[in-house]
Amino acid sequence: MVVNRVLSIRATVARGAVSILAQVPSMLRTLPQLAEPRALAVAVPTERDLRLDLFRGLALWLIFLDHIPSNIVSWITIRNYGFSDATEIFVFISGYTAAFVYGRAMRERGVVVASARVLKRAWQVYVAHIFLFTIYMAEISYISSSFDNPLYGEEMGIFEFLRQPDVTMVQALLLKFKPANMDILPLYITLLAAFPPYLWLLLRQPTLALAGSVAVYVLSRQFDWNLPAYPSGEWTFNPFAWQLLFGFGAWCGLGGAERIGSFMRSRVVVSAAVAYVLFSFLIVMTWYFPHYSHYVPQWLADAMYPIDKTNLDVLRFMHFLALAALTVRYIPRDWPGLKNYLFRPAILCGQHSLEIFCLGVFLAFAAHFVLVEVSDGLLMQVAVSAFGVAAMIATAALITWYKRVEGRHPGSRPPHADLAGGDA
Amino acid sequence: MRTAFITLLSTMLGVGAAFAGDDGACAVAQNLVHADYALPQVASAIQEQHLEIAVVGTGSSTLGGFGGQAKAYPARLEAALAQKLPGVAVKILTYVKPRQTAADMAGEFDRILADAKPALIVWQTGTADAMRGVDPDEFKTALEEGVETLRAKHADILFVNMQYSPRTESVIAAGNYADVMRFVALQHEVLLFDRFAIMRHWSEMGTFDLFAATKNTDTAERVHDCLGRLLADLIVDAAKMTETAGKDAHQP
Repeated sequence: MVVNRVLSIRATVARGAVSILAQVPSMLRTLPQLAEPRALAVAVPTERDLRLDLFRGLALWLIFLDHIPSNIVSWITIRNYGFSDATEIFVFISGYTAAFVYGRAMRERGVVVASARVLKRAWQVYVAHIFLFTIYMAEISYISSSFDNPLYGEEMGIFEFLRQPDVTMVQALLLKFKPANMDILPLYITLLAAFPPYLWLLLRQPTLALAGSVAVYVLSRQFDWNLPAYPSGEWTFNPFAWQLLFGFGAWCGLGGAERIGSFMRSRVVVSAAVAYVLFSFLIVMTWYFPHYSHYVPQWLADAMYPIDKTNLDVLRFMHFLALAALTVRYIPRDWPGLKNYLFRPAILCGQHSLEIFCLGVFLAFAAHFVLVEVSDGLLMQVAVSAFGVAAMIATAALITWYKRVEGRHPGSRPPHADLAGGDA
Repeated sequence: MRTAFITLLSTMLGVGAAFAGDDGACAVAQNLVHADYALPQVASAIQEQHLEIAVVGTGSSTLGGFGGQAKAYPARLEAALAQKLPGVAVKILTYVKPRQTAADMAGEFDRILADAKPALIVWQTGTADAMRGVDPDEFKTALEEGVETLRAKHADILFVNMQYSPRTESVIAAGNYADVMRFVALQHEVLLFDRFAIMRHWSEMGTFDLFAATKNTDTAERVHDCLGRLLADLIVDAAKMTETAGKDAHQP
C-alpha cells in the first residue's frame, strides 16, 4: 500500500516534470524574440572576409615554426621583428570569427542555442587539448627514459613530474599543468567559456561590451588577476589580459570594423602605425645586437621593460593594432589577390583553425623529436619546417573536401549518428 | 638559430667582434663574450695580487661522479685565471646547491659574504627557476634583490645564465628566463656571461654534440673547460677596462 502510494506520487511528480519540460522549448523560443528588435539594428557584413582566413592561416604557420625549438626557419616569423607575434593575430581573429559565427546564431536561433554552441566548441577545444597533452606525455616519457648526459644532470630533474602521474594528470585535466607550448588552447577554452554573456551584451550595447573588456584588462593588470598554474606560478597567457584582444576582435566582427574603418585608414593613423612598427623593429634589433642597446636611453628602457607577454603588454597590443591598421589600409577586403591560388593554402588552413592549430602543436613536437633523434642540421630544420607546413595544408584541404562532400549530399550522412556513437 | 642569425648579420654590418682566442674549440664562441662593464673590485684585487672569487650556483655549476668537481667550470676558471694572471694568487670558492632558485640564492649572499670577502661573485642562476616555472616577474625581482645585496657589500657581480640544453628544450622554457637575465644585466649594468647563447652557438657550429645520449663524461668535461676559459677571458678583459677607463666606465 505504502509502496503504491509512493509510486503514484512519483508518477504525479514525473507527469508534472514532463509537462514543465514540454514547455521549455517554447519558453526558449520566446527568449530570442524578446531580444530580436534591437539585435537587428547591428549591421553585419554577411560574406566571409578572406583576409581573416588568410592571416589566421599565416599565424598558424608562424606559431608552428616558433614552436620548434632551435629552428632556423623561425627567423622569418614576425616575433623577431617587432613586439607582438602570431599569438596576437590568432587570438584577435578567433574573437572576430567567433562573434561573426555565434553572433549570427544568437540573432537567428536565440541566446540559449548560440550559447550552447559556443560551449560545445569550448568542449571540443578542451578535448583537443587533452589529446595533445597525451601525445606530449608520450614524447616526454620516451625522452626521459632514453636521454642521459652528465652535462645535463640538473636539467633532467624536469622529468621528476613523470614520477607522480596521479597529481600531474589531474592538474592537466584542471588546465593547471600546461607544458611548454601548450598554453594557447587553455586560453582559448576559457575565452570561449566566458564568451556567451559578452556576445549577448555585444549584440545590444557594443560600446559598453568593449568598455567592459578594456576595464577587465586594466583591472587585471592593476590587481594582478590571473589563474593559478601547477606546480607553481600562474597562466602563461593571462586570460583576464588576453581577453582584450579576443573581445576587441569580437567587437570588430560585429560591426566595429566598419565603424572605425575610415579612422584606421586615415593618414594620421597609418603614419603613426608605420612609425610605431619601425620603432618596435629598431628596439627588437637591439636585443639581437646588444652592442646597440646603449643607444636606447635609460628612461625609455625603464618605461618599456619588461615587455610582458603573459599580461599582454600595452606595447604588444599597440604593435598588433599598428600591424592591423597597415593591413586594412593596404589590403582591402575585396582585394582580387585574395582569390589568387598563391594564398589558397594559407586561407584553407585559416578556415579550419582548431584542427590545424592542434596539428601544428603535434607537428612541432614531432619536428623537435626528429631534430633531436635524427639530425639537427640546417637542412633538416628547413625540411621539417617545410614538411610541417605542407602537412597542415594537405590536412586543411582534406577537411575542406570532406565538408564539401558531406554538405553536398545531406542524405549521405548516417541518419542517426548518435546511434552509431558519432556526433550528429 | 638566432645566434647564427646574429653572427651573420653582425658580420654583414661589420660589427663582429674580433676573434681573440687561441683555444680552438672554445674560441668559436669568443664573439659572444663581451666585457660590457668593468669589474673594479677584481682590478684592485689583481693589483694586490690576491684574487678571490665565489661561484654561487646550482647543479650545472658542477659535474657529477668521481673528481667531477675538479673538472667543472669553476675549477677550470681557477686554472685559466692562474695561467692568465701570473704572480696573482687566484682562489675560487664554490657555493653550489642543487635546485636553488634565484630567490633562494639571493637570500644566501649575506651568509656567504660574512664568511669570505670575494672580489667577485659569479652568480649562476635561472635553471631552477625555468624548471619550476617561477613567475618571470618574481625571477626578475629576485635577481635585482641579489644585485642590490652584493653591491651594498662592494662585491663585483657576474651573471651566468642557464645551459643550452637542446633535448629538454620542449620541456623547459629556458629562453624567457635567459631574456630576463639579459634585461636585468643591462638595466643594472651587471656583466653577463651568456652561457645559453655560447652553448647554443657551439651546438649550431658542431663544436660540441650537445644532443648525444651518453654516460661518457668527455664532452661534458671539454664543455666545462671551455666555459672556464671563456669566463677567465671575460673577467680579465673587464678588469682591464677598469684600469684603462677608470672606475665608472661602462662603455659598450
